[in-house]
Amino acid sequence: MTHEKDDVLVIAGEIFNSRLLIGTGKFRSSVLMAEAIEASGSGLATMALRRVDLNSPDDSMMNHLDPKKYKLLPNTSGARDADEAVRLAKMARAAGGFTWIKLEVTPEPNYMLPDPVETLKAARQLVKLGFTVLPYMNADPILAKHLEEAGCATVMPLAAPIGSNRGLRTKDQIAIIIEQANVPVVVDAGLGMPSHAAESMEMGADAVLVNTAVAIADDPVEMARAFAMGVKAGRMAYLAGAGGESRLARASSPLTGFLNSGDSNTK
Amino acid sequence: MNSFFSHIRDSDFDALKRSIESATKDRVRRAIRQTQSGDDDVLAVFSPAAGEFLEDMAVRAAAVTERRFGKTIQLYAPLYLSNECSNACVYCGFSCDSEMPRISLTLDQALADADKLYMEGFRHILLLTGESPNRYGVEQIREVAKALNGKFSSISIEVFPMKARDYKTLESAGVDALTLYQETYDPRLYKKLHPKGPKSNYEMRLAAIEEGGQAGFRSLGVGALLGLRDWRCEAVMLARHARYLSRRFWKSRVAVSFPRLNPALAGFEAPHPVSDAHLVQMITGMRLLLPDADLVLSTREPAALRDNIIGLGVTRMSAGSRTNPGGYVTELDSGQQFAVADQRPPAQVAAMIESRGFEPVWKDFDPVFLQGSRS
Repeated sequence: MTHEKDDVLVIAGEIFNSRLLIGTGKFRSSVLMAEAIEASGSGLATMALRRVDLNSPDDSMMNHLDPKKYKLLPNTSGARDADEAVRLAKMARAAGGFTWIKLEVTPEPNYMLPDPVETLKAARQLVKLGFTVLPYMNADPILAKHLEEAGCATVMPLAAPIGSNRGLRTKDQIAIIIEQANVPVVVDAGLGMPSHAAESMEMGADAVLVNTAVAIADDPVEMARAFAMGVKAGRMAYLAGAGGESRLARASSPLTGFLNSGDSNTK
Repeated sequence: MNSFFSHIRDSDFDALKRSIESATKDRVRRAIRQTQSGDDDVLAVFSPAAGEFLEDMAVRAAAVTERRFGKTIQLYAPLYLSNECSNACVYCGFSCDSEMPRISLTLDQALADADKLYMEGFRHILLLTGESPNRYGVEQIREVAKALNGKFSSISIEVFPMKARDYKTLESAGVDALTLYQETYDPRLYKKLHPKGPKSNYEMRLAAIEEGGQAGFRSLGVGALLGLRDWRCEAVMLARHARYLSRRFWKSRVAVSFPRLNPALAGFEAPHPVSDAHLVQMITGMRLLLPDADLVLSTREPAALRDNIIGLGVTRMSAGSRTNPGGYVTELDSGQQFAVADQRPPAQVAAMIESRGFEPVWKDFDPVFLQGSRS
């Protein structure tokens, strides 16, 4: 059985000690954003390419994100189709050397729901171009399989519309995605409270991504810490076999072990 | 496809006023609570009855805005390219009936002004002209946009109405957002205020924002000039217009501005001045109806009001604005469109935003988005 202490998140061969991914938008200042990320213990922080100026050494956001402390994951937020997302990714690689991309294609500006057709199209192109692709997607199990087959490093289904803080509204669909996935499943968007993060992890999600809930809290640093604890608690519960279900192999079969004891006729 | 004009044609503004005034307190309470608003809510939030619930509206509007936009305020600066105009809008400094000396910036002059704005930190710029396409038209605007594209992250326009084809030309040059105020949604009043020039055609002006939607602008900005008419009817029509646009042009974000005629500064006595309390009711009400819209407040408003309104729904502000062509560098004394009330330099406005617990955002777009549509 896996124990919490040596339980790590592996994405595309890279090891992360925290299962909390954190976003850098919506904070009231860059200083506070950096403090909150630090407090979250996250090793992977997303940032919107439309917000940063990769060519400027004075960019306020970039200056507050220490690439030695956490891996920066640029996202294509604002892209309306595959072409725009691919162009942004290429710019990120050319100007900043980024090869990991959080793919977001959201043509509708209000709920910012991901476009499944364009996301898959962009994912295929980006993988071909050598990017490590982490796609934001609706909680659609079939789309998750397509994205996996396209070569994506994770799938990132939404819990609820981005920024809504509404919690795990797509729980049943995410359960199927988790059941069928061969790549890490990161629950992304809509998680409003640490209990939502814990619930996702209890289900067997590999990680969660949080931004708004931390950024707009009265005390983002404390909220980041609370989310870190929620993620940890949920993961521990999952590893402990919560809910009567576990996808982990068990060392013994206490109920049917007698069948293999030699005394029993199993033929 | 029908246009928003078909909604106007059916609108009896006197009946509309009566409907707004008949909203009850209970109806207002429900409108403030709702998470998905209908047209009854539109009437309720702008009603006299809602005036008693301003604090409740503000609390809810603040929460909705914060969830959607975070603790941020986006900054932009206007760049007036020309004050040539063949319209005679009775409230406007650029009216062709005014004696004002006319000037159109050369490309170099425009770039000099833009450089100043860039040095001040701006990456979002709004290009403005009067309406005189023969003297300053699509081609001149395109040249400026092309020259600024890349240097500025986002280029918006607030110019004369065009057809989709011309808008597309500008979009291909790097313009990503369009703003076009109807000024007043009341066709009869519109006729009186815009007696001559191309702008006297109400329907053509109203149709232009839809032409912009077809051209694919990512942001479509609407507004009514506040003070021309009873603000409640304008607010209702504005909200309906915004909702119509966001349903029809589902890939574009709608932006709503709240330009208020300041009687002391406009050189024109606003017949229906809008009080601060009513402006706040309009902004917070609009936020409840349009959770995802950009709400814009310019330097027409005095510093104290702008400071206090941060957090209540506004997401975008101008700063350090000059409303005359060349006003930043080369033609400091040319004729202005309207007087600016908040004259603080951009850095001071940014510091004020920070002191209120918000991050001033200078860049929130990237020209790379548009490169595919460039010809």
